[in-house]
Amino acid sequence: MFGSLFGRFNQGNVFPDSKITASAAIGIVVLIVVVLSLITITRRWKWLWNEWLTTTNHKKIGVMYIIVAIVMLLRGASDAAMVRLQQATSVGVHHGFMSASMFQQVVSAHGTIMIFFAAMGLMFGLINLVLPLQIGTRDVAFPFVNATSFWLFAAGALLINVSLGLGDFSGAGWLAYPPLSELKYSPTTGVDYWIWSLQIAGIGSLMSGINFITTIMKERARGMSLMKMPLFSWSVLGSMLLVAFAFPILTVTLTLLALDRTLGMHFFTAGGGGNAMMYVNLIWAWGHPEVYILVLPAFGIFSEVVSTFSSKRLFGYKSMVWAIMAITVLSYSVWLHHFFTMGASSNVNAVFGIATMLIAIPTGVKIFNWLFTMYRGRIRFASPMIWFMGFVFLFTMGGVAGVLLAVPAIDFQLHNSLFLVAHFHTMIVSGVLFGYFAGLTYWFPKVFGYRLNERLGKYAAYLWIVGFVLAFGPLYILGLMGATRRLDHYSAATGWHVMFIAAGIGGAVIACGIGVQIIQVIYSYLKRDSTRDITGDPWNARSLEWSTASPAPFYNFAALPVVSSRDAFWEMKHAKKRPEIPELEPLHLPKNTPAGLFIATFAFLFGFGMIWHLWWLALIGVLGIIMTVLIRVTSGEHEETISVKQLKEVEASLTNWRDYA
Amino acid sequence: MRRKRKILILVAAILIVFGLLSYYLSNNSVPVLSPSGLVATKQKQLMILALALAAIVVLPVYSLTIIIALKYRETNRKAKYDPDWDHSRVLETIWWLVPMAIILVLSVITWKSSHSLNPYKPLASSGKTLNVEVVALDWKWLFIYPQQGVASVNRLEMPVSTPVHFYITSDTVMNSFWIPALAGQIYAMPGMTTQLNLEANKIGTFAGSSANISGEGFAGMTFSAVSAPLYKFNEWLAQAKSSTNSLSVAMYQQLARPSQYNPVAYYKQPVNGLFNAIINRYMMPNQSLASGVQM
Repeated sequence: MFGSLFGRFNQGNVFPDSKITASAAIGIVVLIVVVLSLITITRRWKWLWNEWLTTTNHKKIGVMYIIVAIVMLLRGASDAAMVRLQQATSVGVHHGFMSASMFQQVVSAHGTIMIFFAAMGLMFGLINLVLPLQIGTRDVAFPFVNATSFWLFAAGALLINVSLGLGDFSGAGWLAYPPLSELKYSPTTGVDYWIWSLQIAGIGSLMSGINFITTIMKERARGMSLMKMPLFSWSVLGSMLLVAFAFPILTVTLTLLALDRTLGMHFFTAGGGGNAMMYVNLIWAWGHPEVYILVLPAFGIFSEVVSTFSSKRLFGYKSMVWAIMAITVLSYSVWLHHFFTMGASSNVNAVFGIATMLIAIPTGVKIFNWLFTMYRGRIRFASPMIWFMGFVFLFTMGGVAGVLLAVPAIDFQLHNSLFLVAHFHTMIVSGVLFGYFAGLTYWFPKVFGYRLNERLGKYAAYLWIVGFVLAFGPLYILGLMGATRRLDHYSAATGWHVMFIAAGIGGAVIACGIGVQIIQVIYSYLKRDSTRDITGDPWNARSLEWSTASPAPFYNFAALPVVSSRDAFWEMKHAKKRPEIPELEPLHLPKNTPAGLFIATFAFLFGFGMIWHLWWLALIGVLGIIMTVLIRVTSGEHEETISVKQLKEVEASLTNWRDYA
Repeated sequence: MRRKRKILILVAAILIVFGLLSYYLSNNSVPVLSPSGLVATKQKQLMILALALAAIVVLPVYSLTIIIALKYRETNRKAKYDPDWDHSRVLETIWWLVPMAIILVLSVITWKSSHSLNPYKPLASSGKTLNVEVVALDWKWLFIYPQQGVASVNRLEMPVSTPVHFYITSDTVMNSFWIPALAGQIYAMPGMTTQLNLEANKIGTFAGSSANISGEGFAGMTFSAVSAPLYKFNEWLAQAKSSTNSLSVAMYQQLARPSQYNPVAYYKQPVNGLFNAIINRYMMPNQSLASGVQM
């Protein structure tokens, strides 16, 4: 009778049978215990609670997003290292150090974690840090929703890591195609971990999308019409529109798969009336826009970086805006190119192939506009520019591979091969990741008040670029040699071994790059007094976020800026007449609240309950979420007032361009 | 001087890498680039054409990037500095229109090649076409030759210069049927048939595999595709027919059980209608495979 209380825990084999997974799980537990003890010993609980866990401030939420994302990036990179090691050693009579099923779990975890938790986390982190400052406002439109989004993201990230210690993870690839991901072929908890960690994080992303769209539409500084908005903000608008329309598809698709697996329904099963092709269409109707969700903000970052470090206005602003919007719209019309090989008619394949190539046009336009921003500029090759140069070379090459893949007749030969793997890593690493690294370096002083070490930053960029070519060049070749993706073993007669070893060496070089970045952060922290930004404008930049002090005060701007041109801050700096300092008024800022943290905790319990079939726990989770929301919406005042006196006290302790000059 | 030396070292390094690479590639099989089949050859030509068109945009981007980055670096004070020059209708029109023109050309090529290289389209030929039914199983490939009355596991034999028409399904999860030396891949899906046409124009043994992850034994789902002269193909048929096992429903059910890294196996007399029965069972899950075959 009590058996059902323990759900799937009754089925035995709860703990991982692999030593590697077990030690990773133990390592994580030890790490958590160490961190918690440190907090306790240094008596930081109260500080942690007041300053971070309950915060609704967009900059602090941004910092937390980035911390979680970097932890997940390291987890995803470890998975990648294991894949490289396995493929470099598992040839002929030798079978690598991982079993096939473990290898497939690692591959699936790598993709899932890198996209959903590393890339998305860095993206939302950067948007949180920068967007409100850049459009001259004090916070996002819905600060409490923003905090809840972050905590849901963190809950998803935690849930996916629980799979290391309890049960297993999905081995069905990062998009878990049925029938393989159906209960019949994947009977363990793996796919359920995949479903529920993405579902929880995905709801958070959807809420963030709506939040930032509203923020951009309603909270811009006075005078900042849309066509005066900096390009990063434009790219965020495009990206968030994609989130708002694409993520509901993901939510529904995951729900249907969960219904199949949990309640024995037949949406995507083989037989019983299910159709796996439906799933593949749905998941890519979300999945393709997802690529542009990630890459558009990176394009925005590059626009800011290139213009700032060339000390020149961005070339072709209107073209750039049209290009972003064209990409936003077109990205919905190309999803079928992920499965030309499913046997659709020639007409269908050709239409989607051509639609795909159309995206190359606005993307090409953007690259030319960046190059002509540099033309007749004074280019400072600081590390963000090094990332940009790496991006231009690699991304263009990846784009060419993309055009090949977009021709259906060619795609039949390249699909699911390592050529494809190399292509999308080129786009996502050089496009997305390099862009975010450039952005993190660029905006770091705005958040922390000091710059990152430039020399180490450049070394890291060079190592990443060289390592990338070494790691993924061989994969392009391997694809042409007929090597498919996700192979845990191959025959020696294929001749692939040498190339896999080369790719492994490339991976090691990238790992060195990551190592240098970690050293860079530590070193820059230790030497922070020598790189402090006392002007608020360390790069001689152009947009509003640089007009306030570094680090930006919690209210961002003592008086909200008024804008009259595109490069608003550049114009302020170069105006003949200094703008008058307006009369300060009391501010209203959102109060701290633990509600977001509570909602996410209940969501975590709900997800865990669903995975392990602990129905009572899932019920507690749902009721907990409903109760928390009810209490929150019926409780009184959510804002606090900062008086002019308090404001002046804080302002007196800051320096920025106004009083520094 | 130091700069010159640096450039020299860079050029030397690039040459060495390319030398090693071409040595490696000449000693190993690169089926996509040196195909042995009619379809794969056309696909390769198409690839080169698309690459050449893309080069029209890529080469200017690369050279412009290098030239602009060198000329307008901050330390070069001789270069013109024009901080407010931010648009040019002529230039922007050029880089909207040139990529559009290239994509227009590529679109025509895409449309035409999607039809001419449609994998479902039978290849024109004076001779007879060989029909082969392919079933993806956990984790091996079953090839049924309905007209010849033989079946094989993990080995596909076909006469050279003869069109082969594949009817493909899966009796497990989704797989993808791929012989890169001969033609591109197509998915194998349970309850559905997909088709693929190809023709080997060289004699040889080519690697085939599943290109879509299908579970634990996925990496071992490889097979040899052998293109041989007709008399050898007939010898092979005779050898397969002399197999002691005939592919009855019971034998098939035994074969369909999950197994990894299967050796090659031959069967005589595959039961009539097996391929269709395997597919239909997904529509009528309560019906047994045996009753499906009799229908």
